[in-house]
Amino acid sequence: MRTILDAVLVPILAVFSALVIGAVIIVVTDAEVYAAFREGFGAGLGAIVRSVAVAYGALFSGSLGDANAISESLVASTPYIFAGLAVALGFRGGLFNIGGEGQLLVAAGVSVVIGYSFQLPAIIHLPLALLGGMLGGAIYGAIPGYLKAKTGAHEVINTIMMNYIAFRFFDWAFTGPLRRPGGDAPVTAEIYPSAYLPQLFEGYRFHWGFFLALAVAFGVWWLLFKTTLGFEIRTVGANPNAARYGGIKITRITVLTMAISGGLAGLAGSNEVLGLNHFLAGGFSAGYGFDAIALALLGKSHPLGVVLASLLFGTLRNGATRMQSVASIPIDIISVVQALVIVFIAAPAIVRWIYRVRAREELERAVFTRGWGA
Amino acid sequence: MSTATATASSSIIEEKRHVGMGIFFLVVAVAIIGFFALNTTPEMTTTFGLNPGAKTNAPRLEDWVLPTRSTLWLLAIVSAFFGGWQLAKGFKRVYLALLVVVLMFIFAFLTWAARGTSMNLLGMISASLLRATPIAFGALSGIMCERAGVINIAIEGMMLSGAMVAVVVASIFRNYDAVNAVTQAPLFPGWIVSIGQTLDKVNISEAMPWYLLLGLFAGMLTGGILAAFHAWLSITFKVDQIVSGTVINIFSVGITSFMSQRFLQPIPALNSGGTFKTMPVPLLSHIPIIGPLLFENRLIIYILFVLVIAIHIMLFYTRWGLRTIAVGEHPEAADTLGINVFKMRYINVIIGGLIAGIGGAYFTIGSVGRFDEVLTAGKGFIGLAAMIFGKWTPLGAFGASLIFGFADALQVKMQGLGIQQVPIPSEFLLMAPYIVTMVVLAGVIGQAIPPAADGKPYEKD
Repeated sequence: MRTILDAVLVPILAVFSALVIGAVIIVVTDAEVYAAFREGFGAGLGAIVRSVAVAYGALFSGSLGDANAISESLVASTPYIFAGLAVALGFRGGLFNIGGEGQLLVAAGVSVVIGYSFQLPAIIHLPLALLGGMLGGAIYGAIPGYLKAKTGAHEVINTIMMNYIAFRFFDWAFTGPLRRPGGDAPVTAEIYPSAYLPQLFEGYRFHWGFFLALAVAFGVWWLLFKTTLGFEIRTVGANPNAARYGGIKITRITVLTMAISGGLAGLAGSNEVLGLNHFLAGGFSAGYGFDAIALALLGKSHPLGVVLASLLFGTLRNGATRMQSVASIPIDIISVVQALVIVFIAAPAIVRWIYRVRAREELERAVFTRGWGA
Repeated sequence: MSTATATASSSIIEEKRHVGMGIFFLVVAVAIIGFFALNTTPEMTTTFGLNPGAKTNAPRLEDWVLPTRSTLWLLAIVSAFFGGWQLAKGFKRVYLALLVVVLMFIFAFLTWAARGTSMNLLGMISASLLRATPIAFGALSGIMCERAGVINIAIEGMMLSGAMVAVVVASIFRNYDAVNAVTQAPLFPGWIVSIGQTLDKVNISEAMPWYLLLGLFAGMLTGGILAAFHAWLSITFKVDQIVSGTVINIFSVGITSFMSQRFLQPIPALNSGGTFKTMPVPLLSHIPIIGPLLFENRLIIYILFVLVIAIHIMLFYTRWGLRTIAVGEHPEAADTLGINVFKMRYINVIIGGLIAGIGGAYFTIGSVGRFDEVLTAGKGFIGLAAMIFGKWTPLGAFGASLIFGFADALQVKMQGLGIQQVPIPSEFLLMAPYIVTMVVLAGVIGQAIPPAADGKPYEKD
């Protein structure tokens, strides 16, 4: 019990602190607060409280206020789970996959093409679309893994470059080969319903993708902690020299880790097109690939932690949409909150110092990445 | 890879590379014929303009007219000769030969792309320098940090924040009346207006008005503050340096987009800072070709030239520089000799941030005069690639930045020529800088050795 409390204390305090700083940013950028302070100190304080209450009130009601809000929050969490698992698995293998954004776009593209090109029974069509997308993401992720293993080119830069390449490629594809026949807008055709991830309840967008995500999270846990491959991935991540002397083929594991990571990120994209949009258009991803970094850190690169962190972020992101429409606070404030969460998680000493929490013994110091060369 | 296996396999790799290079030269020759020469007619000519702008101090030069097809055949034959020589005898300095062949290929491409029409060659080289500038600032920033042993992937974020702060500060002091009209105290204090009115009277020069200098300074400072935060996290708290950098990147994207939507879009006066104008250097700008390229530029580009040379001298010829390198290569030894590792790292990272901030300011008040969300578009990361390509040296990194800048300028030029001349979709041309980055990283990294303690936090016993 004590250890569980210790494990969750810092993340909870981190999220709380980040939300407090987010509130401060909202307040100091609110012109009405300044206007109220001219009338008097009391009015000013009132305006501060009102500003925060309206913003975070909308955040709460938009995310958990009613059944539809909860459905939307779970829908928003689903791609986060996939993308967060992708980054977490990379971290375990000592690789930093910032390319989730490109990988999920490629996967969504493959899924959507499979979805609208064939007419098949759902029992074949849906798995085919999912697997195709996953494979697309895996191949797109394996390229920087291969470059890392063979040439030492750092995966951080290569995955970022491949994000841009994927963006440009789909900019072209939406106006060229993938454009909906007879349409002017840069969007693809709709997929056949046989490739849909089915909805569970009439009138809600909540779909089976969420349970698929939970199953995949369990699968990743099993892979990492119960299989030889997982052991090898973790060994390479923790100590590549030891892994090499132990006879593990670093090249193979690096490529595989990036491929699996890319496949997981790909599922985030496939999930969105098969479960929600049913077609693909420009500006499709809402930055899942980048938010995933925060999720993996928040969840301490453990699948269960990632799922919990994703539920939190999905809820926040969904609520932030309401916050933007009700309180006209740009949704980007959530990115700021996420960055702060990572800071507090990555440097727990700051949180401990603020809240005077005693440090527990550092059992393991996670190695996230190494320098340019090794 | 351990040293023993490296030496054992190196001769085989060397042999493979030797033959591969020769074949590559031959392939280039075939490509020039197949893709370019066969797509032309004998009477076509290509005209290259040699005057970068319409109005320059240097004397105007005649356009350079080439017969398209014969030029292409000539380039192909020379490439093939290089390939044959490499296979038969082998070049002593094979990388020099590679450089020549690649340059010939690029020239062939340009000759073909501008077949039957004209292209401003010097204008494109000049545009390459402009597009290389932010990349070079990023690379210099990276060198400052990494030579001291701190990886800084936050350059992108520092540039983005610097870009925004620079244009906002410049706009506030430029349009103080307009800004004052839409916002009121205390959000917009009255003293800004009085400063504005006072300084308007003592304006130094038209090419670099005081408000832009203030904006530049503010952008620089923003980069410095973010860098101090990076240093605090990664040096004091020993947070993984890549994680710390990523935090700053995410934070910068979030906060600039937030501020942009909250203030810059509703109040356009906050987002129009003007730009620096070109300032020709007396005498030097009259030299043909070099003059207009190097000595008819804007303030920030001159700052870049000065920084490249200054950092080169300071890094390799001063006590401070040698200490920096010591701290980046072997912090324990440096500490033993009485160098304060933490202090050196803090100072270098913050200087790196200041440089990134100037590079950020270039995006707004250096070129377009306004901020748009995420306008840096990965230039900070490309800067890191340029740093690696340039092997962590200022001169090398500047050269590498020019290559990336050229890829970027080429892409713009090709789009300008139109799809009839160059049948490649513009989106693919836009990928060019990113692909070049990946190729460069993959091809060069084996020979580029980072500072030994790069990325490792220093634990003092």
